[in-house]
Amino acid sequence: MNFKSLITFIFLVIVLGLIQILLLKNLALFGIAFCFIYLVSILSWPTSIPAIPLLLLGFSLGLLIDVFYDTLGIHALAATFLAFLRPHWLKVISPSGGYDDTTNPTISEMGIGWYISYSWPLIFAFCLLFFLTDQWGTGRFLTALNKSFFSSTFTVLLAIIVQLLFFKRRRGI
Amino acid sequence: MLRILQFLYSLRAFLLFVLLEVTAIWLIVENNSPQGAAFFNSSSAIIGSALKKQSDVADFFSLAEANEALITENASLLAALEGFQTIPDSIAIELDSLLTATYEFKGARVVSNSLRFSQNNLTLNKGSKDGIKPGMGVFNHEGVVGRVKTVSVNFSVAISLLNTGMLISSKIKSNGVFGSVNWDGNDSRHAKMLYIGRHVNAQVGDTVITSGFNAVFPEGISIGIISEINSNKDNPNYLDILIALSTDFSKVGYVYLVENTQFDELDSLNIKSEVTNEF
Repeated sequence: MNFKSLITFIFLVIVLGLIQILLLKNLALFGIAFCFIYLVSILSWPTSIPAIPLLLLGFSLGLLIDVFYDTLGIHALAATFLAFLRPHWLKVISPSGGYDDTTNPTISEMGIGWYISYSWPLIFAFCLLFFLTDQWGTGRFLTALNKSFFSSTFTVLLAIIVQLLFFKRRRGI
Repeated sequence: MLRILQFLYSLRAFLLFVLLEVTAIWLIVENNSPQGAAFFNSSSAIIGSALKKQSDVADFFSLAEANEALITENASLLAALEGFQTIPDSIAIELDSLLTATYEFKGARVVSNSLRFSQNNLTLNKGSKDGIKPGMGVFNHEGVVGRVKTVSVNFSVAISLLNTGMLISSKIKSNGVFGSVNWDGNDSRHAKMLYIGRHVNAQVGDTVITSGFNAVFPEGISIGIISEINSNKDNPNYLDILIALSTDFSKVGYVYLVENTQFDELDSLNIKSEVTNEF
């Protein structure tokens, strides 16, 4: 991973974080579909990134979002879980021949079908943990499940749109 | 020994994961305990001002509505004032401590609000330098909104009524029976009224107001209207009452804060007699 792509990723983290805090914080379609677009920045780090920096990134990003959401710890908990699952899930769905060292798990490199099967389960796991923690003690598991399903679908949809619009196609393909 | 260390080293990612998750859980628990001091929340200066900038833009679009609400509020205040204007006569009323105001009111703007989670909070643009203290009641012209939790110099965070941990002492206006209003986390327009006995003659359409027992809100601030009464399956001694909240939480823009100047005295009396007070 070279210096230029590091700068790009930091830029991505900041922009998506700002969008999350300023625009998407109060958005919930029909009261159940939330959008956690900042997760895209955790999901699009290169496949070769070691587990520990990824965990630290997930935790600190989650904590930052938490501070603005006034839900201290919940985003951090769920985002760390997502960052923990990511390498394992990447291994499970690796294409034949494995990944290049420089492969980025994005639509432009891996295709839309692969991207959905990569991001949806991870974001669903995030949402499930998030809403279960949020509703802890109220014993309303079905609501949490319902919210998680629609939120993850909505987030993946928005993630695809963001990538199609703003991510550079690689090597002029 | 070396092999143990090697084994631990091979598990380092998992161990870090566990450590971070434990930290996060500790933060959640710490932040939700009522007495726990919250260090990181939206009342800190940088985050508060970022949220304020955002609401500066967003509030611009609801100015007309805010003005309309103010006009209605002014009109009702003028009507109330009419009753206090006495005909001048020769009797002078002596002011003494019995007539001192128990409640003090302040105004604030909501810079951040949430209503979709089960623990919702509001951030207000007034802080300790404007005389805001933890424990003050928050309401607007429609009804009860919440209660101040933490205060920084310029901002404060209030627990919304839409928070499953919040209980508000309330009563049914028509017959004076009192209970507690608690949000069940379901939707932002309805809440539950608890501890109303089966014998109580409550009607759909009755107004629910604050009881004034809790020393946070003065008596008579609207909470909602009873929309459904069922028998309680878990505990047949109580009714299961659903109330439609009078406050539209998706539009809370400007709020009033109320402080009971005798709260400390009441609170210490309660502690002395070992009574736990709800809010």
